[in-house]
Amino acid sequence: MRLPRLLRQLMHRRIVMLSALVLIVIAVLALGAPWFASADPNDTAVLDRLKGPSAEHLLGTDELGRDMYSRIVHGARYSLTIAALTALGSVIAGTVLGLVAGFFRRLDAPLMRVVDAMMSFPDILLAIALVAILGPSLLNVVLALVLVYTPRVARVVRASTLVVRELLFVEAVRALGVRTSRILWRHILPNLLSPILVQVSFIFAYAILAEAGLSFLGVGVPPEIPTWGTMVAGSQQYADKAFWVVLFPGLAIIFTALSLQILGDGVRDLLDPKLKKTL
Amino acid sequence: MSGPTPVYRYLASRIAGMLVVLAIVAVIVFVLTRAASGDPVSVLLGDQATADDIARVKKDYGLDKPLPVQFGYWLREVVQGNLGQSIFLQRPVTQALWERAEPTTLLALMAVAIAAVIGIPCGIVSAVFRGRWVDQLFTGVAMLGASIPSFWFGIVLIQLFAVSLGWFPVSGYGAPGAPITERLHALMLPAAVLGVLNSALIIRFTRASMLDVLGEDYVRTARSKGLPESSVVLKHALRNALVPIVTVLGLTVALMIGGAVVTETVFGLPGIGNLVVSAVLRRDYPVIQGALLVVAAIYVLINFSIDLLYVAVDPRVKL
Amino acid sequence: MSAPRLTVTSLSTCFPTEDGLVRSVADVSFSIAPGKTTALVGESGSGKSVTSLTLMRLLPKTARAQVEGQARFVTRAGREVDLLTLPDAQMRRLRGNELAMIFQEPMTSLNPVFTVGEQIAESVRLHKGLGRAAALAHAKRMLDLVEIPAAAQRLHEYPHQLSGGMRQRVMIALAMACDPTLLIADEPTTALDVTIQAQILVLMRRLQAETGMSILFITHNLGVVAHHADDVVVLYAGRVVEAAPVRPLFATPAHPYTQGLLACLPGKAHAAGQPRPKRLFAIRGQVSSPLSPPPGCAFEPRCDQAIPACSQAVPPLVVTDDLRQARCIRVPSVERTAA
Repeated sequence: MRLPRLLRQLMHRRIVMLSALVLIVIAVLALGAPWFASADPNDTAVLDRLKGPSAEHLLGTDELGRDMYSRIVHGARYSLTIAALTALGSVIAGTVLGLVAGFFRRLDAPLMRVVDAMMSFPDILLAIALVAILGPSLLNVVLALVLVYTPRVARVVRASTLVVRELLFVEAVRALGVRTSRILWRHILPNLLSPILVQVSFIFAYAILAEAGLSFLGVGVPPEIPTWGTMVAGSQQYADKAFWVVLFPGLAIIFTALSLQILGDGVRDLLDPKLKKTL
Repeated sequence: MSGPTPVYRYLASRIAGMLVVLAIVAVIVFVLTRAASGDPVSVLLGDQATADDIARVKKDYGLDKPLPVQFGYWLREVVQGNLGQSIFLQRPVTQALWERAEPTTLLALMAVAIAAVIGIPCGIVSAVFRGRWVDQLFTGVAMLGASIPSFWFGIVLIQLFAVSLGWFPVSGYGAPGAPITERLHALMLPAAVLGVLNSALIIRFTRASMLDVLGEDYVRTARSKGLPESSVVLKHALRNALVPIVTVLGLTVALMIGGAVVTETVFGLPGIGNLVVSAVLRRDYPVIQGALLVVAAIYVLINFSIDLLYVAVDPRVKL
Repeated sequence: MSAPRLTVTSLSTCFPTEDGLVRSVADVSFSIAPGKTTALVGESGSGKSVTSLTLMRLLPKTARAQVEGQARFVTRAGREVDLLTLPDAQMRRLRGNELAMIFQEPMTSLNPVFTVGEQIAESVRLHKGLGRAAALAHAKRMLDLVEIPAAAQRLHEYPHQLSGGMRQRVMIALAMACDPTLLIADEPTTALDVTIQAQILVLMRRLQAETGMSILFITHNLGVVAHHADDVVVLYAGRVVEAAPVRPLFATPAHPYTQGLLACLPGKAHAAGQPRPKRLFAIRGQVSSPLSPPPGCAFEPRCDQAIPACSQAVPPLVVTDDLRQARCIRVPSVERTAA
C-alpha cells in the first residue's frame, strides 16, 4: 500500500518541479530573447502577413507579417518584467503594511479599514483609474498594479502576523525589554516567509493576467510596447481568419500563470507543514 | 439573553464600520479624480463654459475654498443623488449609470449562477474524495481556470459558438427594444466566460470549506449515529460549509459589477465597466468619478448585507 | 454467567505515516459482560481512543489504518458478528442503534445548525423508522431521561444555548435514543467541571442499571474508575499491561505501571491508613515515541523495578490469578512477596 502513495506524492512534487522548469525556460527565453528568437519582432513583411505556423515561422505571422514566435519571446520580456516588479513591489509594501497592522494593535483597525476600502474596488477598475492618472507607461502600469495588490498582501501578512504573535508570546518578550524592531525583524518576519513566498507567486500570476487585460483594453502600456496583451488587442479582429495570432499569446499567458500558481501551491504545501512543526 | 438593546447595538456598530469604509472610499475616489483631471471646472462643465457658469460652479462647489471643504461640497451633492454631468454624454452621470445597470447586473447574476452550479458540486466531490484522482483533476482544472485571461477565453468562445456554430450573437446586447429573452440569449456567452473562469475560485473555496467542516467533531458524531455517508456530507457537513461559500458568491456578484470590464468589451455589452473604460479614454471625469464611487459603494453595501444575513440566519449569533 | 456482550481478541491498529509505521494499538484483548462497565485506562498516546474508534469503525479514511484482530459483538437478536469485518451497511445499522458512542468534547460534538431535538430525532427516525412527530416525542423522553430540566423547551434550542454539562447530557440522550446494548464513552467527563463530572457519572450508572447496557469507559482518571467500573484494563504504549476486576486491581496492583498510577493519587496513601506523603508521586520519564519503541518492555525505561531481562523482549500477557492478567516478567515474583 505504500508504493502508490509514495508515487502519488512524488508525482505531485514532480508537477511542481515541472512548473518550476517551465518558468525557468520561459525566463531564460525572455532574458536571452535576441539569441533565442533571432527574427526581429518588429520586422514587418506585409507580403507574409497572416501566414500559419510553418518551418520558417514557428508560430505563424501576425497581421503585419511579424514573426509570432519572435514577438512572443520578446513580449515575454515586457510581460514578465511588469509582473515581476509588481509582485516584488506589492509584496514588500504589503508586508510592511501587514506587519505594522498585525503588530501594533492601535494601528490595526484604521489600517485595515483603508485596506477594506481599497479592496471594495474591482481590481481592473482601480488599475484603469490609476493608469489614467499616472499616464500610460511601463513603470506606471507597475505602480498602479502595486497599489492594487498591496492591500491583498497586507491582509494575508496581517493574519499571519497575528498568529505568529500569539505563538511567540510576544508580550512576554516585550516585557523583557527587547526592542520592537528586533522582535519584528528576527522573530516574526522569518516565520512569515512561507506565506510571503506564496503571495509572490500568486501576485506574479495575477499581474500577468491584469497587465494583459489592461493592454487588451488599450489602457495599459502604450500599444507600441509588445506585451502579450497588446498583441492580442492588435490582432483581435483577425481572429476568425488567422486564429493563431490570438491563440499563441493567450497560451503563453496561460502557461506562465498556471506554472506560477502550481509553484505557489506547491511551495505552500511544502513549507506549511514544516512551519507548523517548528512553531 | 435576548432583548432589543443588544440587537441595535450590534447593528449600530456594523453600520458605523460600513460608513467609515464608505467615507474612505469617497476620499479615495475624490483624490483619484482630482489627481487625474487637474482642473475641476472643466470636469464639471466641459470646455464650453461661459464666465457666468464658471463663477456659479466655483461658488456651488466651493472651488475657491481649500480641498477638504471641496470634498465636503462634493459629498453633499453625492448624498443628494447628484453625481455630476457627463461631459461626453451630456447626461447626468446617474442616468448614464442607470441605463447600463441592467446588462451588467444580469450578466453578474448569470455568471455567478453558472460558477456556483459548476463550482459547488465539483468542490464537494473534490473534498469528499480528497487526494484521489478526481480531486487532483478538479483542483488542476480549477488552477487552469484561474490562469486563463478572460478576453482570450471570450474570443475563443466567440469563434467557436458564435462565428462557427452561430448559436449566439457575436456581440451586443440585442437590438433596441428587444424582448428580455433575446437579451438573456445575448448574455449567455459572456456569462459562460465569466462563469467558467470564476468557477475555478468556487471549486477551490468549496473544497477548502468542506474539508474544514468534514474534520469537525460533529461530523464524526453524525457518522457515529449510523447515518449514510451521503447524509453526513450533504446534510450535516454542507449546511455548515455553505455559509462562507455563499459569502464568496455574493461578493463575486458585487465585484463583477464594474469588474467585468474586459468581458463587456470583448462582447460589446453596454455595461458599467465598459462605460468606465470609454470614460477614461475620453477624459470624461464626472463619469469616472461617479462610476467608481457607485461600484465601490455597491460592494460595501453587499458586504454589509451579507453580514446582516448571517446575523439573521445563523443560530449561533446571540442577539 | 451469560456470554460477554463484546469480546475483543488481539486488536491491532497501525497507521502508515511519512516517518514510518505507527502502531497505536497492539494485541489488545478484553471482554465486557452484559450490564457491566469495563474501564480502559491509560495516559495520552496509550491507544485507548484509537481502540474505541477502531471498534466503531470511525477512523478517518485518510488515516489509512491497518486493523487486525477480532471484535465479537452479540446483537440484540442474539447474533454474533465481528465488528471489524462487517460490511459497511450492516455496521451502519448497528452504529447509533445497538452500539453507541459519546465523545470527549461536548462543546464541538453537536451540529451547530440543527436543534437538539432534531439531532436526537434523526437517530430515532433512521433506526426505528418513526415519523417526525413521534421521533421528537421520543427525543423529549430522552432529554427527560438524562435529567435535563424543561425538556420540551430544550428540544427546540440549539447546542450553543446549552452549557457544557448540558451538551454532554444531550450526547448521552443521543446515544441512548435507540436503546443501545453497548455504550462506548470516550473520556466523557474530562472536559467538564468537577461537580458536573460527578453528576454525569452518576447518571450513566443509573442508566446502566435501568437498561442493562454494557459500558466501555475510556479514561485516564483512576479516581473515576474506582467508583464506576467493574473491570479495569490498563493500557500502556498500545498494549494491555494489566487487566483485573476493579477491587483487586486497586488493592494489589501487579504491574509496576499500575502501581505507579495508583501512587499518583494523592489520597490513596491516606485512605490506606498510612501517613500522607510529603511529595506528590510522579512516574519518572515519558512515554517513548511510537515510532521507536524500546526493544523490550515498553515501560522498562521508566520502571524502578526493571531487571536486565526486561529490555530483551516484550513480556507476554500472563494470567496471574482468577480473572487477572499482567504483562510483566517480574509479576510472579511480585505476587509472591505481596503474599
